[in-house]
Amino acid sequence: MAVDKEKDIIINSNEENNDHAELAAAQHFKVISPGRMVAKRFFKSKLSIVGLAMIIFLFLFSFVGPLIVDATWGYKETQVFKIERNSDMITKAEFPGPDGKEYTYYDKSQTLVIFKAPPSAEHWLGTDTSGFDIFTRLMYGGRISLVISFIVIFLETVIGVILGGLAGYFGKWVDQLVMRIVDIFACLPGLPILLVLSATINSIESIPAEHRIYYLMAFLTLMGWTGTARIVRGQILMLREQEYMMAAETTGIRAFHRIFRHLVPNAMPQLIVTATLGLGGVILYESTLSYLGLGVPFPRAAWGSMIALADPSKGQEILANYPNMWVPAGLLIVIAVLGFSFIGDGLRDAFDPRMKR
Amino acid sequence: MWKYFLRRIALSLLILLGVSALIYLLSMLMPADYIDNQTAAALQSGAMTMEDVQRLKELYGLADKSFTGIIKSYMAWLTSTMKGDLGYSFLYGKPVTAVLSDYIWISFAIAFISYLLQIIIGIPMGIKASVNQYSAYDYTVSVFAMMGTALPSFFLSALFMNVFAIRLGILPLQGLTTATKIFAKDAHLQIFFDKAWHLVMPISVLTLLSVGGTMRFTRTNMLEVLGSDYIRTARAKGLSEPVVVYKHAFRNTMIPLVTSLSGMLPGLFGGAMITETVFAIPGIGYMALRATQQGDIPFIMGYNMFLSILTVAGMLISDIMYMVVDPRVKLS
Repeated sequence: MAVDKEKDIIINSNEENNDHAELAAAQHFKVISPGRMVAKRFFKSKLSIVGLAMIIFLFLFSFVGPLIVDATWGYKETQVFKIERNSDMITKAEFPGPDGKEYTYYDKSQTLVIFKAPPSAEHWLGTDTSGFDIFTRLMYGGRISLVISFIVIFLETVIGVILGGLAGYFGKWVDQLVMRIVDIFACLPGLPILLVLSATINSIESIPAEHRIYYLMAFLTLMGWTGTARIVRGQILMLREQEYMMAAETTGIRAFHRIFRHLVPNAMPQLIVTATLGLGGVILYESTLSYLGLGVPFPRAAWGSMIALADPSKGQEILANYPNMWVPAGLLIVIAVLGFSFIGDGLRDAFDPRMKR
Repeated sequence: MWKYFLRRIALSLLILLGVSALIYLLSMLMPADYIDNQTAAALQSGAMTMEDVQRLKELYGLADKSFTGIIKSYMAWLTSTMKGDLGYSFLYGKPVTAVLSDYIWISFAIAFISYLLQIIIGIPMGIKASVNQYSAYDYTVSVFAMMGTALPSFFLSALFMNVFAIRLGILPLQGLTTATKIFAKDAHLQIFFDKAWHLVMPISVLTLLSVGGTMRFTRTNMLEVLGSDYIRTARAKGLSEPVVVYKHAFRNTMIPLVTSLSGMLPGLFGGAMITETVFAIPGIGYMALRATQQGDIPFIMGYNMFLSILTVAGMLISDIMYMVVDPRVKLS
């Protein structure tokens, strides 16, 4: 840490000299491409490496993990295990006897439980209320969260780039129209509208349960593209006044290419940072919907619905006695969101060191 | 300037009109509506016929789901809303405005207290982290702040309930009042303390989730100011560090801080849907979640429009505050 601090002071107080020094260093030693520079700065930050490690772990866990489980033990997320065990239930009550002394009354009953097995060597986190292996379900839940978040962010970026690019480049009425639509969507209350939409999909019986996830992605995209559109528009408004764009215009390049080949790539660093930071947000939304039972339908696993088992309105038993059913899922959500925001912050600092926070 | 605000307000009204049309369309597109939900059991047992259901639907204005029908009922909703009448909630059997005004205050109380805590805790932490940039304190606080924003509210609530309500047994698990306790009618103070006791966990959850954002925002803006020339001048003059930090740097950090924090104020009335539901606190968020799940269209419309108005108001307030705290800013 101490070294870092010193360097920073030098950079801050001596920026001009430092630029010269960098230039001189480049002449004397080797020229590093901008991409390499970004990568170097990215890997210099400890937090971004931690974030990267967290995300790589999650990817291995949720994409390679199920393959290993399937290959070794041959089961998937919906395999039911019936593990019998006796569960003692002791109730006790105190009452005053006829002789004036206090007596305690014990009632011991034994019930045969086949689900909700405790953690064991075969089932590292035990089994849940339906007899599914929790550890395996965490992997499949991770798949859902990661796939949804990447697809949603990809779609948001595509829509945002197209609409924001058009608005920023053409200005005038195109800008007005697009930005008013953006205003309206940005003003929609996110979670309540997602609830309405997901409830709609859940109640249409003609939609097969396994297709609901696609609708879910579409809704999440619909609620989230406005941020990207605003950023792209802002960047393009700034960039289009620069000389190289005038050069592009005078050489007679088509408007489509001017926008998507000359303007948008320059807005790329900001886009990548926003997209990375957005991934965590999508995971949180998705898990909230799953928690409310409006996400991926049962019996498929999702982290949110695994935490929903602990909902005390459905009885306190799991919340109190079976933390193995819901705590790991919550921790994985935190790891995912935290990992993406570490990487996003690291990328932002790496792309633009002046923006260093 | 007045022209600017008039234009902004006109624009906001336009946005709200678009938002209302969109929400109305979406909620009317729900194929199973409130009546279907309510009559499903009676239909199955034969206590009601399809004709009865159809009649009920007509009564509730849910019969015509064609496009022109939706437009017609939307226009009816719009004209009555203009007159300040948001209609009757199907689920709660009361005017929507009455439900809103009944349940809003508990939500506001929770949100406002956690908002104050967020300011009291977040800002000093942000200042300290920025002054000691890259120190152990800075890293710890930053990571904790990020963790706060990464935690899903339902998970944090479940952890809190497990630890404080079940294991330690020092805080009540759910609800707003102790059901087993009977208070005398005039024991206002006791009732108040009972309620406050029930709100400790929800408020802590909301505070923990939001304090990180304030802390990071303060830190970022403080760092920007601390790097500027006049801070170096202030230090060169030999001013003491507290004067430099609090008088010269923090006062300028106040500009973005006040702007964003005041913009949050209207949102405090919106309720915290998930947290209120997990803790079974009868606030506006809890009521809205129930209404949404049941397809109570007048309430969905009323609540969502209310939220949108709060968002628009928040943006307007932060614009005004921006001008108030920074006299250099002229809006046009």
